[in-house]
Order: sequence, then C-alpha cells, then structure tokens
Amino acid sequence: MILSLLLSLPVALLTVSGAAVFAHRHPGRSRGIYSATLVLSTVALCVVLIHWLGGHTPATLTLPIGLPWLGAHFRLDALAAFFLVVVNLGGAVASLFALGYGQHEPAPERVLPFFPAFLAGMNLVLLADDAFIFLFAWEFMSLSSWALVLAHHREVANVRAGYLYLVMACFGTLALLLSFGLLAGPQGGYDFATMRAAQLTPGLAALTLVLALLGAGSKAGLVPLHVWLPLAHPAAPSHVSALMSGVMTKVAVYGFIRIVFDLLGEPMAWWWGGLVLSLGGVSAVLGVLYALMQHDLKRLLAYHTVENIGIIFIGLGLALAFQANQMYASAALALTAALFHVLNHSLFKSLLFLGTGAVLTATGERDMERLGGLIHPMPWTALAFLIGAAAISALPPLNGFVSEWLTFQAILLTPELPQWMLKFLAPAVGALLALSAALAAACFVKAFGITFLGRPRSPAAAQARETDRYSLAALFILAALCLLAGILPGLVVDGLAPIVGLLNGGAHLTAQHGQPWLTLAPVAEVKSSYNGLLVLLFMALSGSLAVLLIHRLASDVARRGPAWDCGFPESSPMTQYTAGSFAQPIRRVFGSVVFQAREQVTMPPPGDARAARLEVQLQDPVWDLGYAPITAAVIAVSTRFNVLQYLTIRRYLSLVFGALVLLLLGMVLWR
Amino acid sequence: MHDLGFDIAHFLAGGMVVTSFLLLYQARLSALINVFALHSLVLTLAVGWQAFIQHAPHLYVTAGIALVFKALMIPTALHRIVRRLGIHRTLEVVGGVGRDMLAGAALVALAILVMLPVTATADPLAREDLAFALAVVLLGLLLMVTRQNAVSLVIGFMSLENGLVLAAAGARGMPLAVEISVAFSVLIALIVIGIFLFRIRERFDSVDMQAMDAFREERRR
Repeated sequence: MILSLLLSLPVALLTVSGAAVFAHRHPGRSRGIYSATLVLSTVALCVVLIHWLGGHTPATLTLPIGLPWLGAHFRLDALAAFFLVVVNLGGAVASLFALGYGQHEPAPERVLPFFPAFLAGMNLVLLADDAFIFLFAWEFMSLSSWALVLAHHREVANVRAGYLYLVMACFGTLALLLSFGLLAGPQGGYDFATMRAAQLTPGLAALTLVLALLGAGSKAGLVPLHVWLPLAHPAAPSHVSALMSGVMTKVAVYGFIRIVFDLLGEPMAWWWGGLVLSLGGVSAVLGVLYALMQHDLKRLLAYHTVENIGIIFIGLGLALAFQANQMYASAALALTAALFHVLNHSLFKSLLFLGTGAVLTATGERDMERLGGLIHPMPWTALAFLIGAAAISALPPLNGFVSEWLTFQAILLTPELPQWMLKFLAPAVGALLALSAALAAACFVKAFGITFLGRPRSPAAAQARETDRYSLAALFILAALCLLAGILPGLVVDGLAPIVGLLNGGAHLTAQHGQPWLTLAPVAEVKSSYNGLLVLLFMALSGSLAVLLIHRLASDVARRGPAWDCGFPESSPMTQYTAGSFAQPIRRVFGSVVFQAREQVTMPPPGDARAARLEVQLQDPVWDLGYAPITAAVIAVSTRFNVLQYLTIRRYLSLVFGALVLLLLGMVLWR
Repeated sequence: MHDLGFDIAHFLAGGMVVTSFLLLYQARLSALINVFALHSLVLTLAVGWQAFIQHAPHLYVTAGIALVFKALMIPTALHRIVRRLGIHRTLEVVGGVGRDMLAGAALVALAILVMLPVTATADPLAREDLAFALAVVLLGLLLMVTRQNAVSLVIGFMSLENGLVLAAAGARGMPLAVEISVAFSVLIALIVIGIFLFRIRERFDSVDMQAMDAFREERRR
C-alpha cells in the first residue's frame, strides 16, 4: 500500500516532465512545474515520515514489468526510507527555491522537463529491490542530471563538464553492473533478496567491494574519481546544483551502503575498512585544499562536497573495520556518524548552493573577486549563508559539529582494534579529518567574508538587491533544520537507530531520548557527551551579555564608519583583501607540495605604464598522474588504429571473416 | 533412429553446402545468380522437409517465403539489375578456383569440428543442420571476401542469410514473426543495395570494387 503510493509519485513526476515538454510556450509553466514538484516531494516526504513514525515495517512489491523473467522488485526498508527523506526534503526545498529562482532562468525549456525526471530517478533508485531496476533508475538519474548540466550548453566549459560527467557516469555504472553481476552469481539471481542470501568467496567479495567503491565512489565524488564533480555540479542552474551536490551524492552513498553493508553482508577482511577509510581521509583533505584554491563560489562548494563525502566514507570505513572484528557497538557509532553526516551535508550543502543561487540572481556573478559587501543589500541571504557556512565548518551548536564529533568519537575507539595497520591508520585519518575541518573553516571565512563583507568589487555587486520571498523561505527552512539537528542531535540519533540496527546485525546506539537535558552520550556519559542545547543557550547568553556590556560601557548608538579605515587611504575597492590574498598563506604551505603552486610576478620595466601582474599556476596531481596518462594512451591507441577507418570493403570483410574463423578455430582447439 | 526422414534432411542440408561450393567458382554473373536461385530452392526444400518431419506448419510459411522471395523475386531482380548495368556477359576474374575450393573444404571441416562437440546433447537432426548451416555461412563469407564485383558481394550476403534460415529451421524453427521480419529486411537490403549499385555505377562507370579502390588511391599490394 505505502509502496504503491510511493511508486506512484515518480510516475507523477514523470508526467510532470511530459507536461513540461508540451507546455513549452505557456507563460506560467515554470511556476506550475515547480509547484507540482514541490507538492509531490512534500507528499513523498510526509508519507515516508508517517511510515517511519508508524513502526517502519519493510514493505515489498513486485510488478510484472522490467526483465520478463525477473519482474520489477521494490522494497521500502529503514535504509531506503531515511534516504527517501533526504532526497525528498532536498527536492521540496529546491522546488520552493526554484519558484522564485526559476523566473530568472534564460532557457527554461532546457531545465523544466528534466528537473522532475531527475527527482523521479533518484526516488526510484532508493525503492529498487533488484539490480535491473536499480541500474535502470541509476542511469536515468545520471542522464537526466547530465541534461541539466548541459542546460547552458553555449558555454564551452559546460560542454566539457558534460562530456567528462558522461564518461565518468558510464564508467561508474559499468563498475556497479559488474559488482551486481558478481553478487548475482552464475545463476543470475538479480533480486536483492537472492543476493543477500548468497555467499561469495572472500576473493569475489573483495572484488565486489572494490567495484562498488569505484561505481558509487565515482558518482559520490571520492578522490581520485572526483574530477567531473567540480566541473559538472556548478554548471547546472543553482537549484539543480543543490540537488546534485546535496542529494545525488547521497544516493551514491546509499548505493555503496546497500551493496557493501546490506547485500555483501559481514566484511570478510579488516583491510576493507582500511581501504575505505584511507580513501575517505584523502578525499576529505584534498577536497578542502582544492576548495581553498577556488575563487568561483559554486566550484568552491562543489569541492567541499568532495571533502564531505570523504568524511562520510571515513565513518563507513570505520564501521567496516569494526564489523570485521565483531565490535558491533563501535561500528554502530561509526555508522551513526556517517548517516548523520549524510543528512547534515544534504541540509547545509543545499542551503549554501541555494544561497549562491540567490547571489547569482542578484549580481550575475559567481566569481568572488567580483563580489563583496552583499550583506548590506541582501541581509537575509547573508544570514542564511552564514548559518550554512558555520554548519559546514563544524561549529557548534550547528549540525555539522555533531556528526564530525561523532566521527571523532568513533576514531577514538580504534585503539581497541586488534590489527596494527588499522591502529596506525585510524589516528592518521583522524589527523586528516581534523586538518580538513580546520581548513574548511578557513575556506568558509574566505567565502563568506569576501562575498558578503567589505565593499562591492564590481558594479553588479553594488547594485544587488535582496532575493524573492520563495527563495528566502527555502533558505531559512534549511537554516532552521541545520540548527534543529544541531541542538537536538539525540532525536536524530534515535531516528537513525533502526537503520544502524539493520546494517549492523541488530546492534545500534543506546536510545538518547532518555538522557537528561537532551545530552548526546554515544558511548558512555563518563567518556564523552555533548549538549547542543546548552551550547546554544550559553552562546546566546554570553553573546547578549557581551553586546549589552559593550553598549552600556561604550555607547548604545550604532555607528557607521569607513570600512577598514586603517591603512586604507585609497577608496578603490580593488585595494581590498581578495579571495586570492586570503588563500595565499595556505597555498604557500600546502599548495606548493600538493598542487606544485608557482607564483610569478611580472614587473614592467621602469617607464612602462602597464600594471604589474601576479600569476599563480596550479597543477592538479590527480589529473596529471591518474587521468592524463589514460587520455594519452587512449589517443595513442586510437591514432594507431585510425588506419582501420580507411580500408576497402573487401579488407573489412576479410577482417570479419578472419576474426570469425580464428575464433572458431580457437573454440575447436581449446575444447 | 537413422530413418528416412533424417536421411533426406541430411541430404538436403548437404545439398546446400554443395550449392555453396558451386557459387564459389561461377565466373559469369548470370550463372552466379542462377546458382543462387538454385541455392534458395534447395533451402526451400530443406525447410519444407523440416516442416513435414517436425510437424511444424509455420515452417511451411518460412519455406514459402524462401521460395517466393529468394528463389524467384531476388534472382529476377538481380538479373534485371545486371542486364541494365550491362555486365551480364562480364567474366569476373576468379582467382585460383583450386585455392578457393581448398579453403572452402577447410571451412566445412572447421564448421563440423566446431558444431558437433558443442551440440553433443542436442537432437541429431538439429546437430547436422547446425553444422551444415555454419558451413554455408562461412562459405558465403568466403564468397564475399574473394569476389571483386559488387553484385557478387550481394549474392554472397544472400547465401549467408540462407545459411542462417537453415540453422533456424533445424533448431525447432524460429518464431514466424522473426522469420518474416528477417525476410523483409533482406528484401529491403536488396533494394538499398540495388540503388547503391546504380549510384556507384553513375559515379565510377563500373561496379568493380577495384575501380573504387583506385579512386580512393588505395595502393594494391
């Protein structure tokens, strides 16, 4: 019953897509389409939440479509329900934002048909209960988001981003297809129930893990498979970027959890966790380092997605390592941290992308070097963006802090692991995590400070105006949820308990709602506890006290003085601190090693009136070491085989004939 | 087990292989087309016999399609094309008949070596049929590879397709819908190829593949 209701929603979304194709000259179509997706996503969200509160018994449904001998299997269990909440919450808020934002879209006919289809695809992936439907929905999701990436296809950079995205998406799906093939075995049991029951040999299971990591990791943006993500996510319209970064990467995480934790069953070797853990640590640090070097607001956010996916995979890797040693209580903590971060990242990354969308509509600029001072014309957007920035920088009392704190708690439990490699690896990853949290904070000081503070660096930024009320409503819903999840983490942890139990052999964290004062105590209160509510109260009290004192002791009138008056004689906005200046110290420390950053100052000779130039060259180590050799090899091979394009018909026929005869001969001799 | 029905089926399928060999050394285009018509006629008989001994009435339709399209319509059309192109008296240089025959014999041996072990559990009727069908397909390919003239290529292709139909009929018959669609696609292919032949001739004044290769400045080794 509930499942057929949930399945009818993607169908309805596809109908909306169709309507968008046909209503292509209707003036109010943009508002109509986004209202429809808003209503449908909200309905899906409510249905799943009600199901969740009503005891979340798994529901299954088999329809006679899809492969003839297989049918289409659908299932709603706790894991799928949680991710459905994430997807439909993101979808509803993005639709609400788009009610205002979509009015500014220059080519709505390239966005409107694909937006509902994209939402439908993501919903279907989560409901699928056999490999065929899963992969079908996965590809559907990839292709519809690809179409959205190419919405503004006149820009050359977007075309390249779309091409790279398509290549990586194909690669990822191929890896997933192979991993499902291994899970299904020679009998071809493609429904998930059969896969769950099947037992793989350790070698095949490890291969499945690696393939799942490649497939889901390439969609989620795990280093070194992330190259497409910072190009493709910013290329789409902002509400779609929010969905791709905040929600689609979560669907990829779902794919990984479904295959590795659910279908594969118990991890068979400790190195599984070690592999996932180290990839997560590398992604976290590299993602944030890349982000620091960026001055394009949306691309900066996209690189932060890489970082946050790294944090999620650190949690998952820890859970695998603990499970391999039958330490289910610790695994429950790590899994809770990872799933909590999934929810958190979807909230604040959507918030930040939508805030960037508001800035983009107001100014038409994404480049931070041409923004500045937006807090004056856009105070509400600035406030919401600030909350998002604080949340992603893991500042208490917001939600980002809780999940990263839980991840650290799980890392603190790793000395109990018996394997020495893990004993050494986990603290190292913990250090990477700490580094990435600190760098993320620096990065968002840069993002917020340069964009919203100071003075406008371009006429467009000077003429900005506050965004419309739909967009503001969307921003503040997400900001409020960030705060709520931060001060009431116990409720979220309790809500995650059934999923953790499902993936962890029944073990989950102790119920938190019984703790006094809504304190979060994941292991034991004597060991560590956190109370977001108290932190908020303390901050509010001390903050108001400080304001009160300052105003009492100094003067209670707000004064407006020249910004940064000291050492700031020139009135040109070009003399301000820029994003480049902000990133320079960090670039000198880390960039010279990781990115081989080179700075070059060109001074004109005396008497020459040209301006001096400071150029920075960065090299992407992942691209240079991982992808450049592959592209070079592909080009070399295709150049070598280019001759084959110009043969005569008889030569082609002879090739076919020769190949056939050779294969047949091989068959005869081999038998 | 070795009853008369099996022997006749065996004989007719073998007859197709023999006709394929006949195709290999026909130097004159009209003769080639005639032998192709014979090839299709043998196919009609083979499929018809299969229908009779398998009690599969839809195979009669397959046989009918083979007779009408492949034994009558396509050869007539090809004759007309060849006459309009004015090449019905042309002698095509067939490089070493002996070499082609030896290669063909090797291919038949290969087909039997491949098919018989693979289908060890299958019905003996289907086994023999599959082996012969593969041989016919390989001989059709050999014809296409050794010939210079575009019309000969078409004939090689059609004889190859005959081999496929023989295989399908032996293996308890393919669904009729598939058979009809295959027949039509072959017919369409003939029309398209026919049009192309004329277009090629308009351009190059010849349907000899060597003339086209020369046009592309392809060096001959």
